[in-house]
Amino acid sequence: MTWDFLPSALDLARFQFAFTITFHFLFPAFTIGLASFLAVLEALWLYTGRAVYLDVFRYWLKVFAIAFAMGVVSGVVMSYQIGTNWSVFADRTGNVLGPVMGYEVLTAFFLEAGFLGIMLFGLERVGKKLHFAATCLVAIGTLISAFWILSANSWMHTPAGYSILPDGRFMPEDWWAIVFNPSFPFRLAHTVTGAYLTTAFIVGGVAAFHLLRDSRNERSRTMFSMAMWMAAIVAPVQIVIGDFHGLNTLEHQPQKVAAMEGHWERQRGAPLILLGQPDMAAEETHVLLEIPRLSALILTHEWDGETPGLKDVPPEERPTNVPLVFWAFRVMVGLGTAMATLGLLSLWLRWRGRLHDTRWFLRAALLMGPAGLVAVTAGWITTEAGRQPYTVHGLLRTADSVSPIAAPAVGASLLAFILVYFVVFGAGIWFLFRLFSQPPHMAEEGPEEMEPIRTSGITPGPAMHHAGPHGATHGDPAKRH
Amino acid sequence: MEQHLPLIWAVLIATAVFLYVVMDGFDLGIGILFPWFPEKDERDVMVNSVAPMWDGNETWLVLGGAGLYAVFPLAYATIFPALYMPLILMLLALIFRGVSFEMRFKAHNARSQLWWDRAFCWGSYVAGFCQGIALGALVQGIRVENRAYAGGWWDWLTPFSLLTGLALLVGYGLLGACWLIWRTEGALARKARRHAWLLGIGTLACIAAISLIMPFLQSAFRERWLALPWMLYAAPVPVLLAVLAGLFFRAIPATEAREASAPHDPTGRNFRWRDGAPFLCVLGWFFLSYTGLGISLWPNIVPPSVSIWEASASPASQKFLLVGAAVLIPIILSYTAYVYWLFRGKVRVGAGYH
Repeated sequence: MTWDFLPSALDLARFQFAFTITFHFLFPAFTIGLASFLAVLEALWLYTGRAVYLDVFRYWLKVFAIAFAMGVVSGVVMSYQIGTNWSVFADRTGNVLGPVMGYEVLTAFFLEAGFLGIMLFGLERVGKKLHFAATCLVAIGTLISAFWILSANSWMHTPAGYSILPDGRFMPEDWWAIVFNPSFPFRLAHTVTGAYLTTAFIVGGVAAFHLLRDSRNERSRTMFSMAMWMAAIVAPVQIVIGDFHGLNTLEHQPQKVAAMEGHWERQRGAPLILLGQPDMAAEETHVLLEIPRLSALILTHEWDGETPGLKDVPPEERPTNVPLVFWAFRVMVGLGTAMATLGLLSLWLRWRGRLHDTRWFLRAALLMGPAGLVAVTAGWITTEAGRQPYTVHGLLRTADSVSPIAAPAVGASLLAFILVYFVVFGAGIWFLFRLFSQPPHMAEEGPEEMEPIRTSGITPGPAMHHAGPHGATHGDPAKRH
Repeated sequence: MEQHLPLIWAVLIATAVFLYVVMDGFDLGIGILFPWFPEKDERDVMVNSVAPMWDGNETWLVLGGAGLYAVFPLAYATIFPALYMPLILMLLALIFRGVSFEMRFKAHNARSQLWWDRAFCWGSYVAGFCQGIALGALVQGIRVENRAYAGGWWDWLTPFSLLTGLALLVGYGLLGACWLIWRTEGALARKARRHAWLLGIGTLACIAAISLIMPFLQSAFRERWLALPWMLYAAPVPVLLAVLAGLFFRAIPATEAREASAPHDPTGRNFRWRDGAPFLCVLGWFFLSYTGLGISLWPNIVPPSVSIWEASASPASQKFLLVGAAVLIPIILSYTAYVYWLFRGKVRVGAGYH
């Protein structure tokens, strides 16, 4: 049988990786921030003894349980896919990237997985202090995980500290240089900040939804206030971090920046193209709207600084999908600006004492709920599509990285991934929305009390009397039922 | 030191894979037993007994994958494409399973819970079966030329790999049943004991069948098991297995008798080591079978041609990760043990973590 109607195995493998990683990262982008948010909430509850923090904690803990599970199972796929679909890449880079990823598993995954059980089910078993420690360890685990995986990813963009054997394999020469490669600090800061914003806007959106129905709900007000503090402080900071990251990219991957800007010619005093359409065949960008000299100013901090163009290098060295890089970048920057604007507006409303009942603002926050998630995804598309046609920038081409696999095998597995992801994660996400649609109650149930059943050997009364300092015993399941 | 690195890492990776097999084995086994435990109450207890640990258990699988990539990249780059389909199917099945852990408890009506139960059950079956197939296909050998997999897309599918797939399903089911004997009581534990008997016999039959076939797969295996001096080194494995099999079949009725006579434990927090005896015996079977495999394959990591030395990453890479592993694996093992200790005792009907 011939399989000529199928795209090449390379294209299918690329699409499969893009699909599975995009889907996967939706969950960590949310749970990295959520884990820290939960740790802060539990700390506030322990410190102030105010029940509202425990209620908000339990409300989001249910969400965390599901989002984290989806992140774990979609993440296992990633650690195997490099071997199944990109075995040449694996063989060439294993000496350098393998240990970095190994450290991620040893320092982060076990920590998260080990203490997640206590975080979800253990409040009554271990008492509040140890439980708080477990929550903190899970949150720290998500950050350690981000550290290692972003180091590995950054090394592919800005390889350092290696040598190359005659057979093309990368060998480690300097681990410090490998882990702290040139783009890593910027990418780490930009990604973690992005994850925090993602969480802040989802929390803010959900809180706004409930405030629109009941602006007196104390739990919704607390969530909204915390989310908007985050937006007001972190969103502007993120713009600054993003600018530094962009300058770092300009230094190491000028072709990516040229694609982001839609610039084909190297020039001085380049305009900032706000809207337009890059045309790869004609090697030019059809400009709709531009601001003179602004691109040069942003990238070089000089009015007539010189910026690179795509035509600096032959076509086979340029990003393979310039319009995708160009548009994804605009989506990210546009949403980033909108998020910062919302955050600054919240400061003004807070000062006026109208943060929780200004309906147009609540509607805007609701609408902006997914903004962080979309912006993070668009940012990753920008940087990953922008590094093509290489997997290891300038050294190993994507076309040379793929496994010796047949198109039908990749095609079939791609189809299976798409079906399973839409069914399973579709159901999971649908369920998350159902959780979001329920207002946060007084005496919010934790996941451990979702069922009319109770852990064996637990004497709920006394345990929970201890759980709430200052006698905040409303969480006592024995009293509630 | 440097010449020993591949050996140290081979032992470490083998340990990680073994820990995965037995730890995720018993929680996959819970799903495999689902068809024989149709009641909602008993299913709730079964899932509750593993809910706080399953995520940690599965992390050993990630360590196996990532570890192979780091320290034996050639093995990672040849085994994974060779086992493309069973591995991908396994991953998809684990997705169904992992998500249904959370979702089946949060389903709002019986019908949707039934669907999540099915996802959990079928996910466990497919994952276990595919892992067994992968193991069988690996043992049968993977063709490697020029540092790449040189076989076809269906090479993994053989009568032998189907047998190992079945064997692992039966073995996981047995681990699950023994876990339930340990961690539950009453009617559920009684039922688990009955299943453990049958699955125990089935598992031993599978071990016997595979052991008889193995020497005929490759002449290297034959020399290990049927020729001196290797035969002497290998002989304790079947002998110990027989001893543990005897202990197992005596341990099951003992747990029954103890439950009938023991005073009720109102807290449910007693560790009850002795109820864990059948489980520990089966762990021993797994360990011995695994050791037997190791004896057959040694020193190859990708049989029949790639040894652990040929597949090794550079000493610099192996050393760098070993420093971390030496510090972190003991820490991981101790907090994992702590979590198991914390959630010890009998899980009761109408009593759960969720």
